[in-house]
Amino acid sequence: MSPTRVPVVDGWFTAEGGEFRLLGTCCRDCGTVYFPREDAYCRAPGCAGTELAEVPLSRRGRVWSYTDGRYRPPAPYPSDPERTWHPYTLIAVELTAERMVVLGQGAPGVTVADLAIGMEVEVVPGVLAEEDGRTLTTWHWRPVPGEGPVPGERRASEERPVPGEAS
Amino acid sequence: MTGEVAVLGAGMHPWGKWGRGFVEYGTKAARAALADAGLEWSAIQSVVGANTVRCGYPGQVAGATFAKALGWQGARVTSVYAACASGARAIDTARAQILSGMADTVLVVGSDAAPKGFFAPAGGERPDDPDWLRFRVLGATNPAYFALWARRRMALYGDTAEDFARVKVKNAAAGAANRYARYRSPVTAEEVAASPVVADPLRLLDICATSDGAAALVLGSVETARRLGMARPVRIRAVSSVSPTHPRTALDLPDIATDSAPPGSPVPDPFRPSIARAAYEEAGLGPEDLSLAEVYDLSTALELEWYEDLGLCAPGEGAKLLREGATAPGGRIPVNPSGGLASFGEAVPAQAIAQVCELTWQLRGQAGERQVPGARAGITVNQGLFGHGSSVVAVR
Ligand SMILES: [Zn+2]
Repeated sequence: MSPTRVPVVDGWFTAEGGEFRLLGTCCRDCGTVYFPREDAYCRAPGCAGTELAEVPLSRRGRVWSYTDGRYRPPAPYPSDPERTWHPYTLIAVELTAERMVVLGQGAPGVTVADLAIGMEVEVVPGVLAEEDGRTLTTWHWRPVPGEGPVPGERRASEERPVPGEAS
Repeated sequence: MTGEVAVLGAGMHPWGKWGRGFVEYGTKAARAALADAGLEWSAIQSVVGANTVRCGYPGQVAGATFAKALGWQGARVTSVYAACASGARAIDTARAQILSGMADTVLVVGSDAAPKGFFAPAGGERPDDPDWLRFRVLGATNPAYFALWARRRMALYGDTAEDFARVKVKNAAAGAANRYARYRSPVTAEEVAASPVVADPLRLLDICATSDGAAALVLGSVETARRLGMARPVRIRAVSSVSPTHPRTALDLPDIATDSAPPGSPVPDPFRPSIARAAYEEAGLGPEDLSLAEVYDLSTALELEWYEDLGLCAPGEGAKLLREGATAPGGRIPVNPSGGLASFGEAVPAQAIAQVCELTWQLRGQAGERQVPGARAGITVNQGLFGHGSSVVAVR
């Protein structure tokens, strides 16, 4: 019998309708989008909204930055200390429509050598780990096939963007 | 200028991995600060402890813990927690008590006995805690965040791994001259390059270690300082205390995502420069008036970021400032003459207090080999969880 598949966190992503998407929420009063989802109240100052509707986030975005984890992270990261550590890639992705940056692990096989700032990536379903006989599912970012780095975005010194802005 | 408080005394416990409890380190640092002030413990009217969360109960009521360890004498006690900014918040609390007339002499203590390796969140199943979630879902350690920013600097500004290594070389050389520092040996660029990658592009020697350590200050009103015979005390002229404005667009630990900006709205000002800007405004001086700066070099790349956020140079020019030698000892604006966290390591509630200890010794001309000649004004800057931060300006 195959292990039960459970999302590592409930309600953050879905594959309903066949398409895998991250799920955020959107304030009905002011339109602010939240990921991770905010269900109780809107955090925009000056907005008293308490009605938040679930919304799928953009499937694609551009790499804001990336790194990897060469050492095993401590608990609660699900990782069996008996097994060899394989570094994961961590990718911060800028979603144009939402104007936000969302972190996620890279899909299996995606290393820092495959990435560049500005490159287009898409969200795909992934497996985080096996834990207590269960398969923990998650989201991964993966370069869009056929996409290279976007010219002019790797070394944008002429426009002097300020780090810290999701420009 | 109104609103100033005096540094009556400063003290530290040497940083390292000593295998003792945080109460012992903090008490020794407190006694050193009291001795430096020439005050008996019984003369202290208030104790503000910067909390440590890894030591359970006593760590979370640090004010009372240190008051008990020093001997109950009836002083007012306060405990504050703000992660890496805890020490600065403790100083700010002490300052508010002094300026309001609530207390004349206040002891501020921060101390930690840190675990080896990565800082991890508190245990248990706590999916409502963003700090727990980033480890659980992503394995995103603190160095992973430092690396995201370092990589971004490389892409935007052309910073190189060699630039980052230069920060370590500079700070290790300074730390070698500081008897309180944990690491007392010079480091070469080759040694940085040969150390293992922790989170690409950062290597082990680019990232500060976890340490045991403690720092303490005795603060008082300027009148109290004069009464104690201090004609020209070091004075704290500003303690900034700002938070970001919504939508926050900088991805800082422990966030999994930034705020989303409403469609069509202007991109808000980046937050980090506002930490120092508020301190400059309060102090009535600017970056051109500084003799030195103590910044949180949690990673080498992050130190370069602070040069820009402190206004020592324009955005993107941090590495250039470093290469010119401006931030080295003898340069125009030495940064981290103490050796920085690169030489001390992280003892979370102590480090923002340790920064002010260094300013105090530098401004008094007591820094020995690492003295910045004629130091008149200094700034510190730090950041705690969720990216909120503080900056302290001291003058003499
Ligand atoms: Zn709203």
